[in-house]
Amino acid sequence: MSSQQARFDPKEASKFFFRHGHSGWLGLTYRDHGENWVELELPWREDLLGEPDRPVLASGPIVSLMDMASGMSIWQTTGSFTPIATLDLRVDYQRPARERGAVYGRVECYRTTRSAAFVRGIAHDGDPDDPVAHVAGVFMTIASDPRQKMETAKSEGGTDE
Amino acid sequence: MSDPARDLVLPAYARALGIEVHALEDDLPVLTVDFGPNVEGRPGHFHGGATAGLLENAGYAALRAVLVREGRNPQLKPINITVQYLSAGKQKQTFALARITRLGRRNANLSVEAWQDDRNRPIATAIMNILMG
Repeated sequence: MSSQQARFDPKEASKFFFRHGHSGWLGLTYRDHGENWVELELPWREDLLGEPDRPVLASGPIVSLMDMASGMSIWQTTGSFTPIATLDLRVDYQRPARERGAVYGRVECYRTTRSAAFVRGIAHDGDPDDPVAHVAGVFMTIASDPRQKMETAKSEGGTDE
Repeated sequence: MSDPARDLVLPAYARALGIEVHALEDDLPVLTVDFGPNVEGRPGHFHGGATAGLLENAGYAALRAVLVREGRNPQLKPINITVQYLSAGKQKQTFALARITRLGRRNANLSVEAWQDDRNRPIATAIMNILMG
């Protein structure tokens, strides 16, 4: 094993992030990324409806989508896959997502400090200029021994681990 | 025999995630979800999105329960949710209960807590505004 850690690559990372667990269950897929942002897709699914009488995606999966895109935008920005914990995530819903349509989550990491990372982004259903929701979040970066980087991953909450 | 806790219909998303009504407390539903692959983020821990989903569903279920008692049946639309993550969700059954801080004519404000073993140490909390149309 090389001690040299490769730069975090959102497209490569998504191959194993989305294979199992909650994001795998949701069926998240990688869409695109830039220097400090990542865009993911949450595909339409009949059993993710939020209301019995309207074919509109529940807001819960959108929070999951944005949480995941937030974490990946931080790793993309810092270049390394180090442990982070969501401290605070806020979602403001502008309108319901289009019926039977996928939702895309694009999040940018606009600032990192020694211990925190700040993100903002939008969820949209095809037109980024007409968002479904805006999000803002703060994550803690957890200091770790760089030799143990491979064992680390994204977690929610708590810096006490 | 009618069991109010079981009569409460959770949305498809909640059921798909494995969320169930655990009990009623002061007529408000306590929701629960077991740990499993559906809710797993980092190995062995809840995904932040799954925790948010539990909080949010507890909010909607509580509001729906109160509205039904008042004879109201509006469509509920999310305005916003702010989730605070307080500690990592471990491989344990997790619960959530909402408090309706204010119930207006068009808007409801809720605060929700999620916990595992110790109710006095919530793992996450949420504030939600819900539009009733």
